[in-house]
Amino acid sequence: MTIAPEAPPEPPTERPRRTVLRPTPSLSVILIKIASLGVLDAVVLYALFVLLMGGSYLVFALALIGLIAINVIYFSKRMLPGKYLAPGLVFLLIFQVFVVGYSAYIAFTNFGDGHNGTKADAITGIVANSLSRVPDSPTYAVTVVQGPNGLGLLTTTPSGTVQVGDPKNPLHTITDAQLSGGKAVSAPGYTTLSFQDLLTKQTQVAALVVPISANPNDGAIRTADGSTGFLYKSNLSYDAKADTFTDSSSGAVYRDDGNGEYASSDGKKLSPGWTVVVGFKNFAQAFGDQSIRGPLLSTIVWTFAFAFLSVFLTFAVGLFLAVVFNDPRMRGKKIYRVIMILPYAFPGFLSALVWAGLMNPQFGFINQVLLGGATVPWLTDPTLAKVSILIVNTWLGFPYMFLVCTGALQSIPEEVVEAAKMDGARAWATFRQIKLPLLMVSLAPLLISTFAFNFNNFNVIYLLTGGGPTDVNASINVGSTDILITLVYKVAFATASGRNYGLASAFAILIFIVVATVSVIGFRRTRALEEIN
Amino acid sequence: MSQLPARRPRFRLRKWFAATGWRHVIGIVFAVFCAFPLVYVLSSSLNPNGTLLGSNTLFSKVDFSNYVNLLFNLPQQPFVAWFLNTLVIGLVTGASTVFLGALAAYAFSRMRFAGRRVGLLTLLLVQMFPQLLAVVAIFLLLNAISNIFPAIGLNTQIGLILVYLGGALGVNTYLMYGFFNTVPASLDEAAKIDGAGHARTFFTIILPLVGPILAVVGLLSFISSTSEYVVASVVLTDPTRQTLAVGLYSFISQATSANWTLFSAGAVMAAIPPMALFLYLQKYVISGLTAGAVK
Repeated sequence: MTIAPEAPPEPPTERPRRTVLRPTPSLSVILIKIASLGVLDAVVLYALFVLLMGGSYLVFALALIGLIAINVIYFSKRMLPGKYLAPGLVFLLIFQVFVVGYSAYIAFTNFGDGHNGTKADAITGIVANSLSRVPDSPTYAVTVVQGPNGLGLLTTTPSGTVQVGDPKNPLHTITDAQLSGGKAVSAPGYTTLSFQDLLTKQTQVAALVVPISANPNDGAIRTADGSTGFLYKSNLSYDAKADTFTDSSSGAVYRDDGNGEYASSDGKKLSPGWTVVVGFKNFAQAFGDQSIRGPLLSTIVWTFAFAFLSVFLTFAVGLFLAVVFNDPRMRGKKIYRVIMILPYAFPGFLSALVWAGLMNPQFGFINQVLLGGATVPWLTDPTLAKVSILIVNTWLGFPYMFLVCTGALQSIPEEVVEAAKMDGARAWATFRQIKLPLLMVSLAPLLISTFAFNFNNFNVIYLLTGGGPTDVNASINVGSTDILITLVYKVAFATASGRNYGLASAFAILIFIVVATVSVIGFRRTRALEEIN
Repeated sequence: MSQLPARRPRFRLRKWFAATGWRHVIGIVFAVFCAFPLVYVLSSSLNPNGTLLGSNTLFSKVDFSNYVNLLFNLPQQPFVAWFLNTLVIGLVTGASTVFLGALAAYAFSRMRFAGRRVGLLTLLLVQMFPQLLAVVAIFLLLNAISNIFPAIGLNTQIGLILVYLGGALGVNTYLMYGFFNTVPASLDEAAKIDGAGHARTFFTIILPLVGPILAVVGLLSFISSTSEYVVASVVLTDPTRQTLAVGLYSFISQATSANWTLFSAGAVMAAIPPMALFLYLQKYVISGLTAGAVK
């Protein structure tokens, strides 16, 4: 069986319109088509509405274009290729292309912990963070309710006014609430939390802050026990006109400093901030900040070394074995082949974890049994950990190379080798000067793919060493075996000092550039692309 | 006279060694290297001792208590849920990838349209950019989707599957395209003359003939989605919704040595479905690999 692209069949040059009756689809097919498109349209229209309300105009426009395109493709009598390509393309465009563009955008923002939302959210958040109870606050009877926007409070003022609200929607008066003993206990559209629910959601209830009006300076209601609430006010008052916060106790004034946060003249910042575009700041930080630049550069070097050495080692071992086993006289080749396919068939993430156990310095099999109780720091010494990773990755990868090399070796015509022999070439010369160049022609594209794959081989690094041992001098969470992609992940998601999506995306963009360059060069130098007609 | 028979076998052994014997020596060395970690994990999964250190004597004891404990007695580590989640995610992703890829491959193989060549080139290049690079954006995108449709957003398996389907058109489609080209176009023509529409030709004529490549692509997609860690760990946060890769890693990273034999039992069970499928479809997979698929 060959899967390699061969010459395609004769293209259907012209539609034989005259002779063929254009088949009319049956009624049920048409109904199914209309029904599924109808459902899709309804769902997307709802999403469009929400997007428009939320002010996400760019995404709204993209989604609208997509929706129109799909409807045109499927309702038109023509555009047959489109009907077949559209389903896959939709996913490709959203989850491959769009996310790359989105990454590029995030790389130019300060998105991350402390800079998560819009400026309006940040203002509410700053007020909520600095709330303290008003000394002479009246006692509000409150009921915790679950509303359309999550948890909210149903309050009854001492004078008997019933109001409802949640953190995003300030309290507003309602008249149709159910009262019990002068206290509102439920309201239409809201579910009252049972005592049991209150207990399980204790921390969320305690963190609930419901503003009493649209002006954040008016204060908010909080409740500690879920049944009585008090008025809390911030000691920071927001001046919407000047766009400043003033601390009523110290008199300090905090201004928008242009970096998505309010800062006072002496450099004190209010938390949280909000997301703003910061230009090349993330890239500048990556290459300018001494405590990031050093580790980043060594990570880049190691990423290249790791990817290159992985390809080289797996290819060398795989080719060696393929040559060794490529002898018609040898028996039992099938058995060897099945055994050697095992590392490839075993799920990769498990292999990395199993090897992490085998290489454990104190208790692992290698140190305890093979080396008789030695304490070789396989995974904890900066240099040795790199060697270990290469060993494990060779174990993981050489079966693939063995299989493809075997296939490629067997496809070299016997006559070529015979001719070389006739000309007096020795075995080594035949291999070096005849077989290897022929192999490289067919295997070069695979080697490039393998390089690209290993360049981002997250699992083997992260699951084996976690990128460690950690570099304690760096200001980001980075270790000596981290490659770029594990660095992205750790900066974005697994760090004690807070998630930094902006910096992580900047690293991701660097990887994009590197991979794109390597693949363009690689593909240009091979004939892989010329096979497509 | 008596010397000859004695010398002949030695002579043969040497000749045998020079011809194929040394190949067997190398073969055995590498077979041990390949198989050892797997034998080791099987041995420790059967060891009731529990720890990493206790697993070092291979097959010293054999019982199934780790398997029983993992399946029934550990509510904190919902292994069965992980297993089923992984299976569902893998199967749905695999089947959908095959379907989406086959649709696209049919269009590329049987129709001529503007942008066809560029489209094929793009498919080749797309595989160079794995989705995990954009993991931050994927997380934020799903987070935004959660606000509109919580059912397909963050912490849902459907959300994760949708993300994986973003990679459905890639090298897989390219593999399929090559195989579709080997099916003679005269079959399509015949069907057309008999009055079959394009959809009927696709489903009833072409698809049955390209079964092997569908199996390969389905398997490769199943394997890559079941062992994917990065996106799954970011998307699925609730322990009962996680996959084996995320769950087993968090389990073993808490206490590597103490949980070792339980982890091994989990690893053995987790490895059985993909390995069985892989060995069963070995012949097809190998031919798929030589055409350019990387696991």
